[in-house]
Amino acid sequence: MQSPDTERHLAALLLHHEIELFNTRYAAALDEQRLQDWVELFVDDAFYLVTSRENAEQRLPVGLIYSEGKAMIQDRVFALEKTAMFAPRYLRHVIGNLLVLGEEANGDLRAQANYVVLQVLFDRPDATLHQIGSYHDVFCRTVDGLRLKERRCVYDNLLVPNALCIPV
Amino acid sequence: MTDGLVFSANMDHEWPAEGLKRIPDWVYTDKTIYQREVERIFHGRTWNYVALEAEIANPGDFIRSNVGPTPVVVARDQDGTIHVVENRCAHRAAEFCRELSGSVTEFVCPYHQWSYELNGRLRSVPFRRGVAGKGGMPADFEPTRHGLRRLNVTTHRGVVFASYADDMEPLADYLGPDILREFEATFDGRRLRVLGHYRHTLPGNWKLYHENLKDPYHATLLHTFLVTFGLLVAGNRSLMLADASGRHGVMCSAKSEATSVAQEHRAEMRAYKEGMSLADPRLMDFIDEFDSPWSVTMATIWPNLIVQREMNTLGIRQIVPTGPHEFIMKWTMFGFAGDDDAMTRHRLRQGNLMGPAGFLGLEDNEAIKFVQDGMLGVPGGQHLVELDPATATGTTDTLISEAAIRGMYRHWRGVMGL
Repeated sequence: MQSPDTERHLAALLLHHEIELFNTRYAAALDEQRLQDWVELFVDDAFYLVTSRENAEQRLPVGLIYSEGKAMIQDRVFALEKTAMFAPRYLRHVIGNLLVLGEEANGDLRAQANYVVLQVLFDRPDATLHQIGSYHDVFCRTVDGLRLKERRCVYDNLLVPNALCIPV
Repeated sequence: MTDGLVFSANMDHEWPAEGLKRIPDWVYTDKTIYQREVERIFHGRTWNYVALEAEIANPGDFIRSNVGPTPVVVARDQDGTIHVVENRCAHRAAEFCRELSGSVTEFVCPYHQWSYELNGRLRSVPFRRGVAGKGGMPADFEPTRHGLRRLNVTTHRGVVFASYADDMEPLADYLGPDILREFEATFDGRRLRVLGHYRHTLPGNWKLYHENLKDPYHATLLHTFLVTFGLLVAGNRSLMLADASGRHGVMCSAKSEATSVAQEHRAEMRAYKEGMSLADPRLMDFIDEFDSPWSVTMATIWPNLIVQREMNTLGIRQIVPTGPHEFIMKWTMFGFAGDDDAMTRHRLRQGNLMGPAGFLGLEDNEAIKFVQDGMLGVPGGQHLVELDPATATGTTDTLISEAAIRGMYRHWRGVMGL
């Protein structure tokens, strides 16, 4: 029989692994530009924000992407897939340094992770560092597993290279 | 990036015989042209946007900015006066101000600790008299003659402009009555509240950004989203306004219902998508808060300012050129101090339309890159700007026009002596 300490430790490891797996699937959906699958990683009342560290540190609310609710996230995917004009590209999202910060009374989980987005345009030979930053997340458990209730993507780079077409 | 200008470096800058209906590539790609633009336009007789007063609300507040490519610091003095000085120490040229913004009582260059008052006056030079009677500055060194380079400053409705010319006409005369009216429709006297910044690079010539907003034709074709949701459709009530000089402009349009797009127009627009709807239609809500017949105005104020009033999402875009092939765009999104939480969130949601990740904004950035790519890939050509021959240059009430672009180049050629 395992000691209570070991059980707590194992539970923490499992949770850490579960969130890492979620982030890996999240990155895969964006890298493969399966944007509809990406939408499904959020709950209905989710908040999704992409903003600069400059804004975040000054507590300025603006977002490059500012989505209140899954419907707005869905509309962004609609816009990108049906209306937006941008050059084709490959993207690679790399997520690491996961920290599980804690559990709220209602069972929501707070976590953060670092991310890197590399981009390849077809008219330039090399991958370029498109964005580097950190996710500030709130996850909740649903019947389908973990889903995002909140993801604030805070990027460190001062300048966005030209256009941020695919979400972060 | 590619320096495809080996060709044009020694080229004669001869304008095509067709006149303003053509724009030669060298206007956008030649380094000597760019250098002349910095000297004659950004450092010449122009009012350049540098900040919003709301960003330097209190005495001692400062913000880094640029006039053309040149870094400047905008600061509010103890008496409330706003100063704009070059971010370059008078001693050894160090760019002394490193923070994006902050609050100080003086500027101190970190290299040798020369200190300056907020108005740029040199306050102290360490060891000016030397040590133990040796070294130090010459006895006749005159601190009042070695301050920071100061620029001429003016403000209007909370917007701060600077100029290298000391004898500039008042801003109202610089803008002219039509552009001033639209400026004052957006900056209507309510106190501004800064909501945040976007900053991005754009791999194209800086003038292409002005041209994009003096080109209402593209808006009805490139921006499927606008067309699909009735924000700007060929046939909507609209106006492409230009001032008498041709350098400033305002693209104005009134929102319509998407269903009112006439059948004959739909056929011309590949972009038009019928029967589409948003899962969250709040994005396209327009709260009519301005004394203006227009739901959207995009003002291009020469040489470095765009004022965006896209329904209720409001923003400043400041052009910072970094060479012929690239510029930086700094956006300052704002609302008003009296906005309640619901209105602020409405502005933030509607902000998804614009900026480098905006449904429309990302398309503009991509299109401008494509234009520069086209010139780098196949240099030595010229652009065709013939739409709307009934209006040679200047104001026109059709969207299918390039008259405002021709007007801008009439002005540009005069200033550039080309």
